Amino acid sequence: MLNWFPENVSTFGGEVDGIFWLIFYITTVWFFITEGLIVYFAFRYRRKPGEKAAYVLGNTTAELAWILVPLAIVVVLDLWIDIRGAAVWANIKGERPAADITVRAMGKQFNWEFTYPGPDGKFGTEDDLKIDNDLHVPVGKVVHVVLTSKDVIHSFFLPHARLKQDVVPGREIPAWFQISKPGEYEIPCAELCGFGHSGMNGKLYALSTEDYEKWVKEKWPPEK
Amino acid sequence: MSEELGYWRSRVFSTDHKVIAKQYLSLGLFWALMGGATAYLIRWQIAHPDTEAPGWGFIAPDFYNMLVTMHGTIMVFFVAMPILLAAFGNFLIPLMIGAKDMAFPRLNMLSFWVFFLASVVLMASFFVPGGAAAAGWTGYPPLSAKMEYTGVGWGMNLWLLALALEFASFLLGGVNFLTTAMNMRAPGLTWFRLPVIVWMQLTAAVIFMLSVGPLIAGAVMLLMDRLIGTTFFLPEGGGEPLLWQHLFWFFGHPEVYVILLPGLGIVVDVISVFSRKPVFAYRPIIYSTIVAGFMSFIVWAHHQFISGIDPRLAMPFSITTIIISVPFAFVIFSIIATLWRASITFSAAMLFALGSLGVFIFGGLTGIFNGSAPVDIYIHDTYFVVAHFHYTLFSVVFFGSFAGLYFWFPKMFGRMMNEALGKIHFWLTFIFFNAVFIPMHLVGLRGMMRRIANPMQYEFLKPLEPLNMFITLSAILLLVSQVVFVINFFMSLARGKAAERNPWQANTLEWTTDSPPPHGNFAAVPSVYRGPYEYSSPESAEDWLPQDRPLTASRTAVR
Repeated sequence: MLNWFPENVSTFGGEVDGIFWLIFYITTVWFFITEGLIVYFAFRYRRKPGEKAAYVLGNTTAELAWILVPLAIVVVLDLWIDIRGAAVWANIKGERPAADITVRAMGKQFNWEFTYPGPDGKFGTEDDLKIDNDLHVPVGKVVHVVLTSKDVIHSFFLPHARLKQDVVPGREIPAWFQISKPGEYEIPCAELCGFGHSGMNGKLYALSTEDYEKWVKEKWPPEK
Repeated sequence: MSEELGYWRSRVFSTDHKVIAKQYLSLGLFWALMGGATAYLIRWQIAHPDTEAPGWGFIAPDFYNMLVTMHGTIMVFFVAMPILLAAFGNFLIPLMIGAKDMAFPRLNMLSFWVFFLASVVLMASFFVPGGAAAAGWTGYPPLSAKMEYTGVGWGMNLWLLALALEFASFLLGGVNFLTTAMNMRAPGLTWFRLPVIVWMQLTAAVIFMLSVGPLIAGAVMLLMDRLIGTTFFLPEGGGEPLLWQHLFWFFGHPEVYVILLPGLGIVVDVISVFSRKPVFAYRPIIYSTIVAGFMSFIVWAHHQFISGIDPRLAMPFSITTIIISVPFAFVIFSIIATLWRASITFSAAMLFALGSLGVFIFGGLTGIFNGSAPVDIYIHDTYFVVAHFHYTLFSVVFFGSFAGLYFWFPKMFGRMMNEALGKIHFWLTFIFFNAVFIPMHLVGLRGMMRRIANPMQYEFLKPLEPLNMFITLSAILLLVSQVVFVINFFMSLARGKAAERNPWQANTLEWTTDSPPPHGNFAAVPSVYRGPYEYSSPESAEDWLPQDRPLTASRTAVR
């Protein structure tokens, strides 16, 4: 299909895209049926001299069947979309797989502040590592992000991973992702957060395990 | 009667529903100019970031936020509501039910002047220090709750005040609509002989009145957070930002149908008249819209799938949202079935009605994507959503209103509009509308977020620049196309052909009186013998049969 989306680089992104295409095919068929009928009827039944319109009230069962049968199909398709969608939703936003690494991300006007637990593996200790806007993660590992906000609502958006989660002050909101391809990807804020909203943009560095280890050695505070 | 009232009482502080309708229409059209101007500046900035917009100048990021906020506020509350609900509702309900006026004419006048006050307040908010509101038309706190977050001071307070006044105005109007339709129908005009547009207006009024209460409470709480230091929505004082979202969308989603239903009603009526055919499945259409109206109260959290609510809550709302497509699909299928074996005349009004239908179907279908919680994870807050709701709202607010205006203009003003200009207006609007909003879906699917002032600040959005330029060019052409309407409107007003009573050979009661109707509407109270859509009936030699025409047989007025 056409290149409508940014390249997908997360393990669950394909499932989101899959539901999108499912809905796309269903709605495309309905689009052509309904719009096609409008255009066809408009052309076929345009006013002609001496021809009167049919007096059809659409109040008998036989006439209403023309509506009710397609309507039943709509109901079935709706449920299909819902059921397929529920599984994908549960996978992304419901139960999270166990974390390989956990990072805290705080939205603040107009930056992302990422916190790593440091060598002791615990947050809130002296060896925590804080970095503005740059998030380094290993490819193929389950990354948990604990989202908080210092001021207003932001939204943590990883377009290439098909992940978005609002960040609400006063709450800790969990999110997770697993990147499947090394590279640099952007982390824009997707919720209007003030005059600097446009341009609030972090960067995700998805590194191979070795590169990630190297980065940890270089940047993390030494173990005490 | 009106002759004795003098200029002020008959033209300005009038209690005549027709004058009030025109006042709402004029104010709504004025705000539409403001809405169009904000759209132009928004689109210019997106396509040509940080360059001078011709005719204006540079658009700073905080000003840009104000533009997107005011564009949404204006279009929803100060264009769609006054035109679709207040103008058409006020003009049509008494005339279509054979009444002299509204049940409470003075309340009606009051509702307009409260709305006028709301307009003054909103307009004033542009000129206070700090500028107008800039927290999005949804006004999410904490951004909207504290001045330090946006730099907007009184602009935001006035925004809240303007909304509160507007809601008060429409509450007054809603009471009037319902009372009038319940008590003042002409003899023989039973509930199921009412035109669909009247049913839709009434359903919209009920939905509005039932849903607006929580938001008024929310607006007062937000104003208190701003002015006297309460913390209803501020977590540092134990408040909850998400509470506002629930209150806002509990109103906000029904509000979509408050706007949609009157527009859809216009489409149904106009299509029936120019198809010379009864509305297919008249009663089930009414039942469907009532069902959809009540379902609209249990879908609101689909705006909040990723807002931080419990993820388990998403699927129930996703299911109700997708299921609400069923009653609307019924209405749409019925309208299409009305065209089957019809005898269609393509007047300007009919073109706009068909255009509205075609565009609305597109918007309804893209709504399925947004309603699906997993897909929404990705497309939420992107231009896909913006494109979607412009398909649903533009279809009724503009295509629908234009259909209504071309259709009822002769009745409103006693003159015909120019049909040729009307058709040119339709084709230009239809082509450029799609040229703006079809590519906008693609921009959204590539991930472009709403409300960003400069997409060029993002690597992954840079390739979208040519597409954004195309959209902006089309948007400018869409706006310029409306000049055709403005010219037609004023030229017809001044020099249009005098309208006869019933230029379209329509059945409903408003066409049985003079164009424009006198004060008091009808010389004698009409009696009604049948439903509103008896076109091409075998009982009549012509292809129409007015509601008030007795047939020689023993049929007499009921009641």
